[in-house]
Amino acid sequence: MKSPAIALAVVLVAGCAAPSGDADSDQIVLSDGYVLGGYNPVNGYAETGVSPIYDGLYRPVATTDTALPDLAPALASEPPQPAGPNTWRLPLRSGVTFSDGSALDSADVVATYQAVRDPAVASEIATSVAPILRVRADGPDAVTVELNTAADPRPYLLLGILPSEKVEAGPAADWAVNTAPVGTGPYRLESLRPDQAVMVAREDYWGEPAQIKRVVYTYTPDDNARAQAMVAGTADGTSLPPRLIDSVERDGIRTVGVESADWRGVALPAGDPFTADPQARLAMNIGVDREALVRDVLVGYGRVASTPVAAVYGDAYDPDAQYRYDLERARTLLDAAGWRAGADQIREKGGARATFELLYNAQDTLRRDISVAFAAAMKPLGIDIRPRGTSWDEIDTRFADAAVLLGGGSTPYSIDSQVHDTLHTRVPDSSPYSNPGNFTAPGLDELLERASASPSGTAKDELYRRVQAVYAAEPSHVFLVFLDHAYGYRDLGWQQSAPILEPHAHGVGWGPWWNLAAWKR
Amino acid sequence: MDAVRLLGIRAAVAIPLTVAISAAMFWVASLSPFDPLAAYLGSNYQFATESQRAAMRAAYETDMPWWRAWWQWMGGLAHGDLGWSSTQSQPVATVLTERMPFTLLLSGAALLTAAAVAVVAGCIAGMRSGGVIDRVCTGVAVVFAAVPPFVVSLALVLVVAVGLRWLPASGAVAPGADYTVAGVLRHAILPWVALTVSQIPWLLLTTRTAVVASTQSDAVRGARARGVHGWALLRGHVAPVSVLPTLALLGTRLPELIAGAAIVETVFGWPGMAAVLVESAAALDFPLLAALTVGAALAVLAGSALSDAAAVAIDPRVRIAA
Repeated sequence: MKSPAIALAVVLVAGCAAPSGDADSDQIVLSDGYVLGGYNPVNGYAETGVSPIYDGLYRPVATTDTALPDLAPALASEPPQPAGPNTWRLPLRSGVTFSDGSALDSADVVATYQAVRDPAVASEIATSVAPILRVRADGPDAVTVELNTAADPRPYLLLGILPSEKVEAGPAADWAVNTAPVGTGPYRLESLRPDQAVMVAREDYWGEPAQIKRVVYTYTPDDNARAQAMVAGTADGTSLPPRLIDSVERDGIRTVGVESADWRGVALPAGDPFTADPQARLAMNIGVDREALVRDVLVGYGRVASTPVAAVYGDAYDPDAQYRYDLERARTLLDAAGWRAGADQIREKGGARATFELLYNAQDTLRRDISVAFAAAMKPLGIDIRPRGTSWDEIDTRFADAAVLLGGGSTPYSIDSQVHDTLHTRVPDSSPYSNPGNFTAPGLDELLERASASPSGTAKDELYRRVQAVYAAEPSHVFLVFLDHAYGYRDLGWQQSAPILEPHAHGVGWGPWWNLAAWKR
Repeated sequence: MDAVRLLGIRAAVAIPLTVAISAAMFWVASLSPFDPLAAYLGSNYQFATESQRAAMRAAYETDMPWWRAWWQWMGGLAHGDLGWSSTQSQPVATVLTERMPFTLLLSGAALLTAAAVAVVAGCIAGMRSGGVIDRVCTGVAVVFAAVPPFVVSLALVLVVAVGLRWLPASGAVAPGADYTVAGVLRHAILPWVALTVSQIPWLLLTTRTAVVASTQSDAVRGARARGVHGWALLRGHVAPVSVLPTLALLGTRLPELIAGAAIVETVFGWPGMAAVLVESAAALDFPLLAALTVGAALAVLAGSALSDAAAVAIDPRVRIAA
């Protein structure tokens, strides 16, 4: 029955088969897997300061994805000036206008930061700016920021700034700026439809106007469909799962993997006698071949993770705190701890068996693959892990007795937010997914507190290296991999900007396109 | 006259029925085991703290009892306000006007073509039951009934869009362009073919079975004995008792159409309603979900009332007690 339909289609198409590549040359078309819209910085859009529409007080600047980006002044005109204990004064850039023509002043900054903390606004990112106690206007052209720590304030000042009159009192997801954003960035939204968003360069941008004049985002949720749009020539770039990325590689299309601080690891339950044993947790960390995981599950798009601190953190990274795969040593550790193989090869001790469930979010195929691979890797150790896909709300109720495949690294530009809640014993009012087993190692909490309260410098780096060493001796999790985000792009002859270290979030707002405004011919 | 009376009675019944359906929808949705916050936050759910979750529950009123949510919705409806969709961050009316035309165009065209192709092929196959054409049609229909719509969609994209480059792979117009009739139609062809192919099998098999049954009836055997054959036999004796009842079923097959459309729309990035319906159900986006389910219920009621009325008007033997 397919043939008459196809025949009909062919008849209809005959004559109108010109390819659609006749668009002007300063336009770029990006195929996005995420729903378009939701352009509210107060609700998490461009949380880390990377956006075509908005600017934060500071913004990440990078020449490589192998190190943390610098945080350079954007709407602030210079680096933070000390103005008292844990308090900083930030002069604002003058002559900056929003895309609706109004001028930027300190009231806009204050209103944006107040809204994020307002419970009635119910911002998704309220905790990302938790270290900020107060933002106050210091005249119209400066603000003062008070933190609860001596650490560098800039990682918490990346949020896009809204005009104060666009800040609303109701829930952030219902604000008008979700679909009609007003920012100070190099682009403004020209049109938004369910299937595409068009952004155009602003001639009145305070920085250098962008050379790419039009950016078209098309919404294509299906991974395969995005790969095919790329190959068919309707898209100039897209993000793809590593498994599909090689399928688009051909003449004129390049692929790239960009480093991220986006980790995947296993959080272990305290209510299970096996995972509650520190020696068992150490044995699992030593007995998993992370290199094989990167090679086989991530097809090379990733790197091994022993702790949430990646090598990109430079001097704060402890190369000696990394686990070396050693199956024999893992077996010896388990034997010594009293976990002996029972009749069915599963280890047991005092009636308890080395077996537990590993839950993952069923919609996430990568978490599924990693979970299954981890379970397979634990089998030779005599540990029986049963991976199972389910919904977040079920996982919520199972922290006590089931392991969870977690991801992290949503705000990586500060090592404090990358590490603290994940390794610290349960912090009041943190996410329930931060160290759900509530495990720790001797002195770890105190080290973490001192490290996150310290200003940047060699002393802080040293503290974080000790954090990793202490953690590695008595681990609470089994961290497995950092992901590389994979992108395909058409070479259109632009001098592209260098990639940047990416957070958990990705999509066509990242990859080669995170700083489209800087692309040059 | 009977037909008009039937329509009047059905319309009178439809109003309280629709109100009851909307209330039932709010009630059933409130029993959903999904946490709307989990659907709403997506992968950010794992980063939300307890106080953030509490603030969001309060702000989005997810704990409101279903009957209060329903009453609010009814109150808004009385003022012509369909409410605010939390999943789309837009008024429900805007969501509907932006997306509904695309779904109606795609689903309507696919249903019409599928019906036309399936009825013609089903009649031919049924009239020559056991012949070569019958076997081919049945075989192809059974195969395509077993192939999921996304496989058909991806195969079409691979061959027609990527291989032959005749048609665009996804979207409703060329990237960056405004909606134009020619542009939308060109982009509609592949999803239309995919959806049509997914709807043909059950229609074809149903038609064929009905035709086969009627060819074995005494009336048709009598007609054959009198020398009535071919087209005249089909038109005068077989079709009235087999094809019309099959077409009357069309209205009740809406769920299959919506399920097929949801997949096809996703694969082709078609900006229609179907994928939004699934999303609104998972995230308990009551206003949007209510507008869509009540709309679908009204469509089914109207469809079955019209087809019954048509049957009453055409066939004097039919008596339907409204």
